[in-house]
Amino acid sequence: MRARAGSRAGVRVAAGRFPWLLAAPAVLGLAFLVAPLLGLLLRAPWSTFGTRLLMPEVREALVLSLVTATAATAVSLLLGVPLAWLLARTELPGRRVVRALVTVPLVIPPVVGGVALLMVLGRRGVLGQYAYDWFGYSLPFTTAAVVVAQVFVAMPFLVVSVEGALRAADRRYEDAAATLGATRGMIFRRVTLPMVAPGVAAGAVLCWARALGEFGATITFAGNFPGRTQTMPLAVYLAMQESPESAVVLSLVLLAVSLAILIGLRGHWSGAP
Amino acid sequence: MRDLPRILRRAAGSAALGLLLGAAACAEVDGSATGAEGSDPRTLTVFAAASLTDTFEELAERFEADHPGTEVEFNFAGSSELAGQITEGAPADVFASADTRTMALVVDAGAAEGEPRVFARNSLEIAVPPDNPAGITGLADLAGEDVRVALCAEEVPCGAATRTVLEESGVDVEPATWEPDVRAALTRVRLGEVDAALVYRTDVIAAGDDVTGIDFEEAAAAVNDYPVVDLADAPQPDLAAEWVELVRSGTGGGVLEAAGFDVAAPE
Repeated sequence: MRARAGSRAGVRVAAGRFPWLLAAPAVLGLAFLVAPLLGLLLRAPWSTFGTRLLMPEVREALVLSLVTATAATAVSLLLGVPLAWLLARTELPGRRVVRALVTVPLVIPPVVGGVALLMVLGRRGVLGQYAYDWFGYSLPFTTAAVVVAQVFVAMPFLVVSVEGALRAADRRYEDAAATLGATRGMIFRRVTLPMVAPGVAAGAVLCWARALGEFGATITFAGNFPGRTQTMPLAVYLAMQESPESAVVLSLVLLAVSLAILIGLRGHWSGAP
Repeated sequence: MRDLPRILRRAAGSAALGLLLGAAACAEVDGSATGAEGSDPRTLTVFAAASLTDTFEELAERFEADHPGTEVEFNFAGSSELAGQITEGAPADVFASADTRTMALVVDAGAAEGEPRVFARNSLEIAVPPDNPAGITGLADLAGEDVRVALCAEEVPCGAATRTVLEESGVDVEPATWEPDVRAALTRVRLGEVDAALVYRTDVIAAGDDVTGIDFEEAAAAVNDYPVVDLADAPQPDLAAEWVELVRSGTGGGVLEAAGFDVAAPE
């Protein structure tokens, strides 16, 4: 299916003049994004690739990364989709301010986000101190803290994407369902959600990818301990201190795994080419 | 990329120097530092271990005062990171590392001009919050079950020193986190997220009243030597040599000692 769609597009371009004006910057843009990747591949220590790859810490960090990024995406879906709906479909007072607040984590450096999380949820944080005093529980340095850091940084991608999809969706279907007597919850589940499913899927993929690459907020808020809070980006950063070759290997592993998953999901979901 | 600001700075500096010339202040300009390019402001780029931040910034003020028209620019980071940047060809004049192992990487890569010289020594200390919630008195207390500790990751110099100390003393510490550099470990103490961290004595002094330092005997097992060297591809070789000289001088020693370093005996 997809192959045929592609060739048809090719024919259409060939029929007119080749769009140089767009193609030149497009190729340049692509080259800019791909060149660093090629650099990694060229500098990779292929002779020792296998042995570096089989170190137990690598598997540990990779598993932790995949698990936490997936958990962070699940949490983001649970909280982010309703938030997007609120922004797109209600006349919430101060909606503009809320929308700006949602995008704050996109703007501030993740390290600062991590510090902010510590200020609130740390052992002496605004809220964290009570959890520690009353229950002896403290969030930093746990795997849960990794997920929290990732949700903080990645959820805005999901919210923005879903809100866009909600705005673009035709509201008349929802109105029709309402006149037919459907309740609000029913409309949301049976009409709205299926309509914006591609947007939700795209947002979830973005969110997952961002969570997978999360570094600054994680190392600041969750610390670095192998098997507990050391995700792949942290492992890459620490490997960089001692052996850049190992860092390259780790980066390529992260890249390969995430590309495989993303490409796999894209075909599976939504049918978007 | 780096050239544009340098050109701008040069232009601005020339204008400023023109005024100085008018005031006949040029007589103050140190001949050996400026040479034929006497009218150009110059930038000395120093790559230094993060633990040298405060002392080197203080020394830079003196250096700039002694060399009018010269600006000292720093890149403070973990020594290994800096060594990596230098061997990858980053334009730097001087490298000051927090251990000899990292310095050896730069020397082995042929990036050093002269012989690295040890100019200071630093040793580990236990940093605790001022109220010392876990009641730490010595290294053995860090192994306590409910004591939350931040240690430097083994990949960075303070982590290598930490490992040596723990191995020599036989104390088995399970930290809450392996921090990527010594200041990060100290920040954990400042924020009260951990009960103790193993950091350098200089970092404890720099933190002032925010943390309390506890000396421990076993620290003698891992004293870090700080070597400095001028680099082979230095854009400003003469300034680089003078910086190394300043760091090793009595003036440099005084500043370093006040910050908690042991100053190496002059050779």
